[in-house]
Amino acid sequence: MINTFAKPDQQGYYGEFGGAYIPEMLYGNVEELKKRYLEISSGQAFQKDFHQLLKDYVGRPTPLFLAERLSQLFGSKIYLKREDLCHTGAHKINNTIGQILLAIQLGKKRIIAETGAGQHGVATATVCALKGLECIVYMGEKDIQRQAPNVARMKMLGAKVVPATSGSKTLKDATNEAIRDWINNPNDTHYIIGSVVGPHPYPDMVARFQSVISEETRQQLSEKEGSPLPTRVIACVGGGSNAAGAFYHFLDEPSVEIVAVEAAGHGVNSGFSAATTQLGVPGILHGSKSIVMQTADGQVVEPHSISAGLDYPGIGPMHAHLFASGRGRFLSATDEEAMHWAFKLSALEGIIPALETAHAFAVLDRLGMKKDDINVVCLSGRGDKDLATYMNAMDEQ
Amino acid sequence: MGRLHELFARKNRDVLNVYITAGFPKMDSTITVMEALQSSGADLIELGMPYSDPLADGPVIQESSLQALANGMTIEKLFEQLKGFRNKIDVPVVLMGYMNPVLQFGFEKFCETAASVGVDGLILPDLPAFEFESHYGEIIQKNGLDFIFLVTPETSEERVRKLDALSSGFLYAVSSSSTTGKEKDFNAVVNYLKRLEGYGLKNPILVGFGIKDRETFEAVTPYAAGAIIGSAFIKAVSEGEDPVKTTIAFVKNVLNK
Repeated sequence: MINTFAKPDQQGYYGEFGGAYIPEMLYGNVEELKKRYLEISSGQAFQKDFHQLLKDYVGRPTPLFLAERLSQLFGSKIYLKREDLCHTGAHKINNTIGQILLAIQLGKKRIIAETGAGQHGVATATVCALKGLECIVYMGEKDIQRQAPNVARMKMLGAKVVPATSGSKTLKDATNEAIRDWINNPNDTHYIIGSVVGPHPYPDMVARFQSVISEETRQQLSEKEGSPLPTRVIACVGGGSNAAGAFYHFLDEPSVEIVAVEAAGHGVNSGFSAATTQLGVPGILHGSKSIVMQTADGQVVEPHSISAGLDYPGIGPMHAHLFASGRGRFLSATDEEAMHWAFKLSALEGIIPALETAHAFAVLDRLGMKKDDINVVCLSGRGDKDLATYMNAMDEQ
Repeated sequence: MGRLHELFARKNRDVLNVYITAGFPKMDSTITVMEALQSSGADLIELGMPYSDPLADGPVIQESSLQALANGMTIEKLFEQLKGFRNKIDVPVVLMGYMNPVLQFGFEKFCETAASVGVDGLILPDLPAFEFESHYGEIIQKNGLDFIFLVTPETSEERVRKLDALSSGFLYAVSSSSTTGKEKDFNAVVNYLKRLEGYGLKNPILVGFGIKDRETFEAVTPYAAGAIIGSAFIKAVSEGEDPVKTTIAFVKNVLNK
C-alpha cells in the first residue's frame, strides 16, 4: 500500500508541513534518531519486545466496543476504540513504550519529557520505572498546580518533575524547557516527545508507535463487520497523537472519512480557543513547519482549552497536511460542549471519558451519519484525571 | 566588499561582538545602546529580534525578549528604528532571531528590508543547512546578506566544513552544546577552538556562549578571531540604571580600556 498521507518524505515533510527546523546544538541527537529509528524499530527483536509489552503490560489489544445506546441516539452504528483501558489511562503509553525501547537501543541513560495535563508525563515516568532509567519531566508551573494527582503519580513512579517557569508556564513552555535540557545534555539523554509534533523524525516515529490503534481497529472491524473499513473515524486533536494513531491505517483508504476535532475553548472566535487549523497560519513551532496560532508579527500565542491535553498552539505536521489537502474534515467543540458530552457518555455507556476525548463526541450530531454507516470514535483516555473539574461542574448544577 | 569582510580583513584577533535584544530594555533604547556599543569599542553588533519561544537561548536572553515584546517590539518596528542608523553607526550589524517571525514578515521582504537599512548579515539558529540549501540561501545571497551558521563541539569535521562553506562573514562557534548563559569548562573550550583552527576554514571564527567578562574573553580570543558576549551583557543592562552608561562601562571593562 502506498501510504502517502500517513508517511512523510525523506526530509520529514507531509506536503508542505514538517521538516526539522532545529538549532545546530540539536543536530547530533536528531540526526542520530533520524538515521536509526526505522532500522531499530523495524528490527525483529524490537518488534517482539514492543508487542509483548503492549500485550502484557499495556493490555492490548484494546476492545472495539459497540456503543449501543449511543448508536441508538444517532441512528447509526458507533464503535468506541477503548484506549482509555490502556495501562495509565490513555493511548500515550503506546508511544512511550516504543520510545523507551528505542532509547535503550541508542544507549541513552537519561529520559526527559514534557507534559501538559500530565498523561504523557505519567506514561513516561511509568516506562522509565519499568526499565530503570532516570526520568525528568518538564511541566508548566500552572499545570503543576492544576494537575496535582498526576504530579503525585509521576513522583511516586520515581520521576523528577521540573516546573517550567518561563513564558506562560504551560505545555508550550514545558516543551521549550525540555528542548533546552536536551541541548544541554547532548550525549546521554533521549527526549520522549509525547505527540506527533517536533522535528523530523518525531512526528513519523510517534505516529508509527500509535498506529497500533488503527491496525487493531481494522482487524476488529473485519471480525465484527466483515470489512476492515469503517465509514468514518473520529478523534480529538491537540498535537494529535491519538488521532494520528486512530487514522493511520485508514488515511490512504479514500472511502474512509477522517474527522479531527479541535478544542474551540470558549468559542473559535472568542480569543480563548485552541482550534489551531481555524485560527493559525503556516509557521514553525518546536522544530517543524506546521499550522501555528500566532500574532500578525509571528509571536506564538497562548491557546485556551478546558482540557490541558488540547491546550497547544500548534498541531502535528501530518494533521496540518490532512487539513490543507482536504483529506481530513476538521471540526471543533467548545469547553461547554465537551463538558456536556463527558457527562452524557458517562450516563449513556458507563464510561467516564477524559475531557480531551469528550470533544470527539461533541461533533457526532454534525456528521450527517446514516443508518448503515460504521463510525469509530477513538476513546483516547479515561476521565479520572479530570474528576476535580467534573466535581466542580456537578456542584454548579 | 561587505562590512563583515572588511572588519575581519583589518582585524583577525580580539574582535568583540556584543549581543543586544532590540527594544530592550526600552522600546527606544535600540539605537542608543548600539551607538554606545560602537563608541565604547565593540567591533560588531548582534541585534536580537525578540521571539516568544527562543529555543537556543537561556533564561536571561528569553526574559529580555519577553520584555522587548511587552515594550511592543516587532520586526516591522525594528526596521523603522533601523532606518537611517548607518548615518550614526559604522560597525557591522547582524540580525539574530528565529524563523517563525521572519516567515510571518515574509522571508524575501525581510531580506530586502534588512539589506536596504544597512544590516550586514543574519543568524537564524533554527534555519537548518538543508532548508538553506534548498530554498532560503538563494534569497539571502541575492540580497547581499551574509549568513552565519553555528557549530558546536559535537559537530563533526565534515559538517563543520560544510557549514563553513555555506556561511559567509564569520562562523559562530558555540563553546559547548548548551543554551546561552551557562558556565563553561574553559580547557575544553580551548581544545575545541584549537581543533577548529586546525581545519583551516575559510571564515573567521567567533566563539559564543559562556563568554561573560574580560577574563573569559581573554581566555578564548588567542584561539579565535574573537568572541560574542550576550547573556552577561543583557544581565548588566537589566540590572543597571542607565543602559548607555552600563553599556560603556561593560564594554570598556571587557576590553580593559
